[in-house]
Amino acid sequence: MSLVLADVTYYEAWWIQILKAIVIFAVILGILPVIIVIERKLLGRFQMRYGPNRVGYLGLLQPLAEIIKFARKEDIRPRGAVPFLYAAAPVIGILTAISALAIIPFGDTVDIFGSQVGLYGIDVSVGVLYAFAFGAIAFYALMLGGWASGSKYSFLGAMRAAAQLISYEVAQGLALLGVLMTAGSLSLTEIVHAQEGMWYVIPQFVGFLIFLVAGFAETNRAPFDLPEADAELVQGYMTEYGGTRLVAFLFGEYMNMIIVSFLAATLFLGGWQLPFGIDPPTWVDPIVVFAKAGIFLFFFIWVRASLPRLRYDQLMSFGWKVLLPLATVNALVTAILVVTLD
Amino acid sequence: MPYQLSDDEIRVVRAPSPGGPGGAYRAFGETLRGLKTTFARLFEKPVTMQYPEEKTPVYPRFRGRHRLHRFEDTGLEKCVGCSLCAAACPADCIRVVAAENTPENRVSAGERYAAVYEINLSRCIFCGYCEIACPFDAITMGHDYELSDYNRSDLIFTKEMLLAEPLERTPLRREGE
Repeated sequence: MSLVLADVTYYEAWWIQILKAIVIFAVILGILPVIIVIERKLLGRFQMRYGPNRVGYLGLLQPLAEIIKFARKEDIRPRGAVPFLYAAAPVIGILTAISALAIIPFGDTVDIFGSQVGLYGIDVSVGVLYAFAFGAIAFYALMLGGWASGSKYSFLGAMRAAAQLISYEVAQGLALLGVLMTAGSLSLTEIVHAQEGMWYVIPQFVGFLIFLVAGFAETNRAPFDLPEADAELVQGYMTEYGGTRLVAFLFGEYMNMIIVSFLAATLFLGGWQLPFGIDPPTWVDPIVVFAKAGIFLFFFIWVRASLPRLRYDQLMSFGWKVLLPLATVNALVTAILVVTLD
Repeated sequence: MPYQLSDDEIRVVRAPSPGGPGGAYRAFGETLRGLKTTFARLFEKPVTMQYPEEKTPVYPRFRGRHRLHRFEDTGLEKCVGCSLCAAACPADCIRVVAAENTPENRVSAGERYAAVYEINLSRCIFCGYCEIACPFDAITMGHDYELSDYNRSDLIFTKEMLLAEPLERTPLRREGE
């Protein structure tokens, strides 16, 4: 008997799957620097300054210049570091971030060259769990990175990161329970299909807020950027990293932000669907998904420009005393409603 | 027994106590207010000066790099080499060597003139005492403030450099600006 962990609905030829993987990876990798430069420009405008505007037209080549700068740095490893783990940590960070991309649905199945092609990497029956699993593996990047650097600040940052991520992942998972119960499925495409009548942001508003707040903590973004709290911990778990390895960490972090934005758009804003019964041709679907994720990315940047960092005890008490009970009550109420209304 | 306030002590109430539903409501409201504040900035023009292209205008009495002056009608130098500026200089950065004017070689309007007039701008503190000390208004503080250079000896300005018409590099602040 073979143990089946998850049903994966394959109906594409193997070469289409490889092509899809490459296209999704290339597109997201392509918009990543754009998001970085947009973030810096928006942060500037939020603070009434220009942001980068020297390199290239409107400063759009800024990330390119920075990548070149980082790539030319000397590859330094502290004497107390554990060489293998020190090198592996950023790789894990990138790997988990990119793996989570696979389940983001950018659209429904479309007919390309006479075969059905889904506009997503894979459609697993455990979609949300898959995302959470890779989010959990992403801890190892921070933990190993901080511990293997052999530095106090890195270690403190890694400890904080672990505590923060574990506490908020609980709340985040519980907040999603409401969505999963209403949709009756874990598969992201089916959750999107279940939102045809009404986006889950309305019936699951509390869950949406908790997911969003926990998402900030999960991606180490302000105001929950305690793991790297520059004022206290230098740079947290990445203190000892430099050059391309640092870029890998930053890359993973931004990738996580993009993934949380896409997940929020998929789970709460109806994925590729438009409101009021507008049904555009299928090639519009990815654009809709990107636009919805863009709203969240803007919100991430907006919050970063507005809110100061939380104190560590505030962060912990907020996670355990406010978000977790709220998420539990939300899940309970949803469960009762789902049962009674059926 | 709790501590009793005496009559001349005042209890200062600084903020409502945090926590509870009121605290949660306040925290949420203040968060939204913060977000609103930053969002409004998005529609305003940045206040940044794009420095090398646009420069902060200076006030008319701004004390920048020194200038030496000539009489406009005769073209003779105003400086008579009296060294009062050098005496007044607290940073000791002015060096004056005077020489006698002769009928064939008439440089200044007085009896003597400055054969050597050097200001070491790497020592100058731009206090303007030289300007006050000068009995003939021969030296004044100009408006230039872009004075960086690659080595220190280039910052010793000679008489010719100080007499030369400065490049108009510094915008002057208009009336009421």
